[in-house]
Amino acid sequence: MSQSNGTAQKGRTLKFHILRFDPQLKGDKPRMETFEIEEQDSMTIFIGLNEIRKKYDASLQFDFVCRAGICGSCGMVINGRPDLACRTLTNTFPDGEITLLPLPAFELIGDLSVDTGKFMRNMSERMENWIHEEPDAEPRKLTVLEEKMDPDVATEIYELDRCIECGCCVSACGTARMRKDFLGAVGFMHVARFEMDPRDKRTDEDWYDLIGDDDGVFGCMSLMGCEDNCPKDLPHQNRIAYLRRKMVSAGT
Amino acid sequence: MASTAEGMKSLLEDRVVKSKWPARLDLAQSLSGLGLGLFMWTHLILVSSILFGKDAMLAITHVMEASFLTPDEAGGYTLIPALTAVGVFGLFIVHACLAMRKFPSDWKAHKTFRSQMAMMNHSDTNGWYTQVVTGFIMFFLGSVHLYIMATQADKIGPQLSADRMWTYGMWPLYLILLFAVEMHGAIGMYRLAIKWGVFDGKDPRATRKRLKVLKTLVTVFFLSLGLASLAAYVKIGIENVENNRVGERYVAGQEG
Ligand code: HEM
Repeated sequence: MSQSNGTAQKGRTLKFHILRFDPQLKGDKPRMETFEIEEQDSMTIFIGLNEIRKKYDASLQFDFVCRAGICGSCGMVINGRPDLACRTLTNTFPDGEITLLPLPAFELIGDLSVDTGKFMRNMSERMENWIHEEPDAEPRKLTVLEEKMDPDVATEIYELDRCIECGCCVSACGTARMRKDFLGAVGFMHVARFEMDPRDKRTDEDWYDLIGDDDGVFGCMSLMGCEDNCPKDLPHQNRIAYLRRKMVSAGT
Repeated sequence: MASTAEGMKSLLEDRVVKSKWPARLDLAQSLSGLGLGLFMWTHLILVSSILFGKDAMLAITHVMEASFLTPDEAGGYTLIPALTAVGVFGLFIVHACLAMRKFPSDWKAHKTFRSQMAMMNHSDTNGWYTQVVTGFIMFFLGSVHLYIMATQADKIGPQLSADRMWTYGMWPLYLILLFAVEMHGAIGMYRLAIKWGVFDGKDPRATRKRLKVLKTLVTVFFLSLGLASLAAYVKIGIENVENNRVGERYVAGQEG
């Protein structure tokens, strides 16, 4: 996160246009509401939202936990682009107009809050996001140290493990929006992570079983919404291309 | 009875094998697009020989007809361009069949995609939609062009082609087709590079930035070349009408 770059004139009035809708409330209809607050130095969208909740409307729903771009809870559409509220500075918007929508492609809980958990759990179970040993391997002895891993491999795995499952890549993906069963970039990042892990013994054929169809890697139309909107800058473009090449050689 | 039971058992034991077809179709879609893309760029460069005059275009036509193999080195084997057109038509149909799978499947999917575009204003997302629209246009216009070329390959030349544009009224079709092909092709070739990571190298992100610039330059270059060539043919077509020369074959050296 960059420091305030000086474009924030302290005291500037920000206009937050926020989608309000509670699907639980009978007869409620989606509508935009505007709130005006005074900009503070180094203000994030997240701080602004808290301000609004404190000052105007305690019923405003949005999610957060860590406030530091690690938990992945505060994903929302900020002026058209999916991003984390806690990592987006208000001074990135020179005209002070900030439009907030809930992430599309996920079930709406209310206002800016969506249920990414259900999607992510389903994705994890579908891709079996855990280390798979040989089918007939002895159960691991927890008292014995694991084999050492090549530091370069470990670094690369860590790079992909930085995914916080915020859902921005899925909301930014035109393919995922059109096709409900499409795995989405978050799934590919996890597959790429386990595929690279020497402890995971799944073969190319096993991976093909998981992602070798149009709900998987062949469904990706390379629109690059994931690549351009990932708050953690994961290497979507490069890793999905890698998986595609790998799955084509496994499949032809 | 026993054999049925055996059969059931083997059925149960059989691993359900995932089809290999999605992999093959994805690869075939890309290869057909690549083939068409390379062909279209070459094609336009050859066609633009008219900018260097009728003799230049005639010379290219003769090379394409392998007229250097004929005894008097005039005329040529027009079966060659005819068969080329048939082959390209085949590739075109294969590519259209495969790429069509990706079209929005119904109104709702289309609407969702449009709202995604409106929300994000993201260039690669928008580019894909351009490909869908231009691809759809090419279903019709590309087929007309390819059919004519396959059946009238003997009527290609600096004057006959110009007559086709003007006297036989093909220029509006070519004008639309030019924009459709060049936009579709350049976006498609860019997408191919990204999709398969062909030029990724050490810094895939920097590569993508460069490819994007290249895509724009290539589009502008071929659109300009195409428009200039189209204008040149139309001009000749108009002159042919004025000079009562419609349908006359150009003879090498006739105009200097
Ligand atoms: C009826 C004619 C055509 C139709 C309907 C069509 C349709 C499409 C569509 C919808 C895509 C996107 C596919 C995807 O996102 O996976 C595509 C990709 C592509 N098209 Fe076409 N197209 C046609 C003709 C052409 C022609 C004439 C060219 C050559 C200039 C071409 C070159 C490409 C390329 C290079 C790609 C990228 C391939 C890929 O991503 O695998 N297409 N086409």
